Amino acid sequence: MHIFANPARFLKIARPLTPWLGWGGGLLVVAGLVWGVFLAPRDYLQGESVRIMYVHVPAAWLGMAGWAGIAVASLMQFVWRHPLAGVAARAMALPGAVFTAICLATGSLWGRPTWGTWWEWDGRMTSMLVLLFLYIAFIALADAERDKGGEGRLAAIFGLVGAINLPIIHYSVLWWRTLHQGQSIGVRGSSIDASMLWPLFVSAIGFSLLFGAVVLMRMRGALARQKVEARLRRMAA
Amino acid sequence: MNHWPFILGAYALTALGTLGLVAASYAAMRKAEADADALRNER
Repeated sequence: MHIFANPARFLKIARPLTPWLGWGGGLLVVAGLVWGVFLAPRDYLQGESVRIMYVHVPAAWLGMAGWAGIAVASLMQFVWRHPLAGVAARAMALPGAVFTAICLATGSLWGRPTWGTWWEWDGRMTSMLVLLFLYIAFIALADAERDKGGEGRLAAIFGLVGAINLPIIHYSVLWWRTLHQGQSIGVRGSSIDASMLWPLFVSAIGFSLLFGAVVLMRMRGALARQKVEARLRRMAA
Repeated sequence: MNHWPFILGAYALTALGTLGLVAASYAAMRKAEADADALRNER
């Protein structure tokens, strides 16, 4: 990770990688969703509404992965004072928040035809809503700290503390058996049939690559802005 | 109950959110990099 401590070296890799992740992710998302909507079978119990899974599950995964990334970057900022760690954490916050919001909205649209309700205060849904609030608070805190010329240490502490919510989200369906279904995909296998699992896998990989492209774009933008601000300060001095 | 309006709604929301995020991030990156290049060329 220390080889990326130099922004110039990071940009040398990030510039060619961004379009590869963006176009590759976009193509895989389209392939996965076309497969999921037109070729995958309907569920014997849920019917056609199961097709919402191909956007809902990748969004949930990225909402959680985004905060895990923020926590790792925050740790790197504290332990190694990595100069790009704070930039990376801030770059992951907005895409993480957007995918968490997509997860909540698509979950609500899936819940209405299958459960008969748009919303229920059950463990999984409530902890995902808490994650969205954590993202909003992180963005506000990081922006406020940057405006005051801070190093982003408060935001980093918040990023680490907020990671407590991740195991709560993961185990919520085991701890509180309410409305949300239990875990379907685990390390030991999956209860989802292969005809539905493969398009889900393709879609999840595609959305993940797109997420990576967005994070790189936001990091590149932040580094360019830092460069402009530093030059303007030097010129004013 | 017809499930397709819910499916279409979920896909439309996802497309809007994802495309909006990609477009906004790309535009912000291009503007910031263009500003940095312009300032470098000014020197």
